[in-house]
Amino acid sequence: MNILVCISNVPDTTTKVKFADDNKKLDIAGIQWVINPWDELSLTRALELKDVASSEVAKVSVAHVGPATSEPTIRKALAIGADDAYRVNTEATDAMQVAAELAEVVKSGSFDIILCGIESSDYNGANVGGMLAEFLDYTSVSGISALNVSGGEINVTREIDGGKEQLVVKAPFVGIVQKGIAKEPRIAAMRGIMLARKKPIQVSEPKQAESATALLGFEAPPPRAACKFIDADNPKQLISLLQNEAKVI
Amino acid sequence: MEKKRYLKSGEFLVEEIDAQNVFVPEEYDEEQQMIAQTCQDFLETEVHPRLDDLDKGDRELMKEILKKSGELGLMGISIPEEYGGFGQSFVTQMLAAETIGAGYSFSVAFMAHCGIGTLPIMYYGTEEQRQKYVTKLATGELLGAYCLTEPGAGSDANSGKSSATLSEDGKHYILNGQKMWITNAGFCDTQVVFAKIDNDRILSAFIVDSDMPGVVIGPDEHKMGIKGSSTAQIYYNDVKVPIENLLGQRGEGFRIALSILHMGRMKLGANVIGAAKMAITDSVRYANERKQFCVHIATFGAIQHKLAEMVIRTFAHESAIYRVSKDIDDLMERFKGTEGCDIGRGAIDAISHYAVEDAILKVYGSEMLDYVADEAVQIHGGMGYSAEMNVERGYRDSRINRIFEGTNEINRLLVVDTAMKRSMKGDYDLFGKARELFGQLESLGDDSRDGETYFQEKTRVIKNIKKVILLAMHVASDTFGRKLVREQEVMNNIADMISELYIAESLALRVEKIEPLKGEEAAVYKDMLDVFVFDTVNKARKWAMDAIYSSVPADEAARIIAAVNTLTNVKGLNVKEARRRIAAKIIADNKYRF
Repeated sequence: MNILVCISNVPDTTTKVKFADDNKKLDIAGIQWVINPWDELSLTRALELKDVASSEVAKVSVAHVGPATSEPTIRKALAIGADDAYRVNTEATDAMQVAAELAEVVKSGSFDIILCGIESSDYNGANVGGMLAEFLDYTSVSGISALNVSGGEINVTREIDGGKEQLVVKAPFVGIVQKGIAKEPRIAAMRGIMLARKKPIQVSEPKQAESATALLGFEAPPPRAACKFIDADNPKQLISLLQNEAKVI
Repeated sequence: MEKKRYLKSGEFLVEEIDAQNVFVPEEYDEEQQMIAQTCQDFLETEVHPRLDDLDKGDRELMKEILKKSGELGLMGISIPEEYGGFGQSFVTQMLAAETIGAGYSFSVAFMAHCGIGTLPIMYYGTEEQRQKYVTKLATGELLGAYCLTEPGAGSDANSGKSSATLSEDGKHYILNGQKMWITNAGFCDTQVVFAKIDNDRILSAFIVDSDMPGVVIGPDEHKMGIKGSSTAQIYYNDVKVPIENLLGQRGEGFRIALSILHMGRMKLGANVIGAAKMAITDSVRYANERKQFCVHIATFGAIQHKLAEMVIRTFAHESAIYRVSKDIDDLMERFKGTEGCDIGRGAIDAISHYAVEDAILKVYGSEMLDYVADEAVQIHGGMGYSAEMNVERGYRDSRINRIFEGTNEINRLLVVDTAMKRSMKGDYDLFGKARELFGQLESLGDDSRDGETYFQEKTRVIKNIKKVILLAMHVASDTFGRKLVREQEVMNNIADMISELYIAESLALRVEKIEPLKGEEAAVYKDMLDVFVFDTVNKARKWAMDAIYSSVPADEAARIIAAVNTLTNVKGLNVKEARRRIAAKIIADNKYRF
């Protein structure tokens, strides 16, 4: 059984987001790029399944849509333990385009389980997994918080309103993963880092999939207003401000 | 571009080097960054959540975390692949040491194991000793300690009383003695122990297994800081150490001890950077959250001054650390090319060669961190004094750095003494140049010229500080001769000048090299350089005056001081605005990101 984990290259979660080009572009100066946390947990679970004794998982691969500048993130996935990687050589523009390009990668190989994080921590669109399944005409299961493979059977647990649902899924399928699938992301070991040098990254040119959206611009949230101090002996002023200015009562 | 040039240790006092010839941290490759990230991830996952438990002195917990770092391969970074490690460059070793430096007590335990606990055997051991011990120390299967200090032998390490006598059958050395302040004592499996064989004048070194009969480990000391690291006394009562466990040659122990201290000082210099960056990030985050008088305290000039100065000193020190680390890598490469060069001896000889720089970096780095840790507490105000905050722990943990790996007092003497000895050996000519300068005292100018570029001006000012140092050295050595080493106050003045100069020059070379990469941001790095050089030149003037007035009568000193004043005459600088611009960047970034 082969697993493909789709990984997105996102700014580190502590990044202070700034925009450039008249708010039409993210200002990438000084940004530290990391594997999208949901994707990293998916990869961790895939590797856990591969590393158990008499594992039924033969290979774990990763796939990414992005330019060569995102290779450090791919190499990190290889250092963590992925066997090989696929990179579609184009800028990611929106979920539709990314899903369409990923579908080509899936079709080019032989994968039984395709895992996508439920969303990416940059744009939080939560679309790619579902769209990918549609392009492939595969089953998809969303909100997966546990994944097991045993006796050729794939068992998943998904979070539903007020509880959990357990399912058996037939391969091939797209699993859309949320936190909980693995406890902590794996740390790349020194041996893994050394081995990552030699692991292959297959680069393919894009099929030139179209984007479904066009970006008009970004808007940062308004800065927080300054605090106002009200004399403890003046509750009337407080009420007036809450009614007329804050409009919360 | 100038052809790659190499400067010998201390040669920077009389030579200049092109910025393109120095390594800067902005040049880390992808693999180096990944290794640093692994160290960082390990701290965040395994160490930082357990700092309180570690500080309760839980030896088993520390042992468990150390073992985990070994499983991840972190203990093998400095070890060649043939001995179970990953054979990383010295720059990478230092980058890993820097990152682990943000690990509080864990950092001390880890570095003691990987450095002084393991590397003496790697550098000086026989093939059998390396196969038996180093391969297991590199993975954490064995944990190591280094036992040099005794109750009566601290800085004067060769005065130790521990003794070793060859047994009648000639198969063992019978070891007796007492060692103290031994890091990792509580759980180490192997120890490198120094003792004198049959009342030799000079120490020998031995590999001792902790489970050998007669080895008794005392309870942990109650310390001011680094409370999580096990520090105890170890007693040796007729311990039978197999003769094959003699490390190096008989009588080579003192040399081993000194060489290993060179390595330890370098790595300490890297450790403090990680701790400083962490304290700075904690401080700016607090300053950006804490409000007084209805505004964030980060808006206050006094706080901005602190943040900027913490950043400048850390960044400047970092520039020097990686400059010399690459020099060491280059020297190791050249040694490797020598026929018959042993991989271990080649490595330690390259590190020990840069003895002037390691003493500088140990002193400057430990005092830089003390400054940063102290201001971090101050920025946190009352909260900084609370044991709930990491800056309180960082403040206590920082203090030991000025004491271990050779006190800063000893290292200041070494800065000057080693540079002078290397000059006398013929590595370069300090005294000839100093005499020459002294002969032209009245005609010395500041050499400024119209139209000089920004970096030409910095190079000139730095060159003038070198002249000031040479003048002070000339006056002091002329007055005191061989007794100069006993004039420790004067030695300290000269050492401080040399140290700040080396850091300033390294910073200037780095800023010059990275300027094209930084675009608009380059301005803030130039601000750092401006402030640092301005401070250095002014401090150098004061230290030179102190050294000169302490060496010759005031009337005789006058014409020398006049030359010092000329050489240290620099353009004025609005340091307040420069520091505010630096602070603005860190306040916007909300973390150390330089």
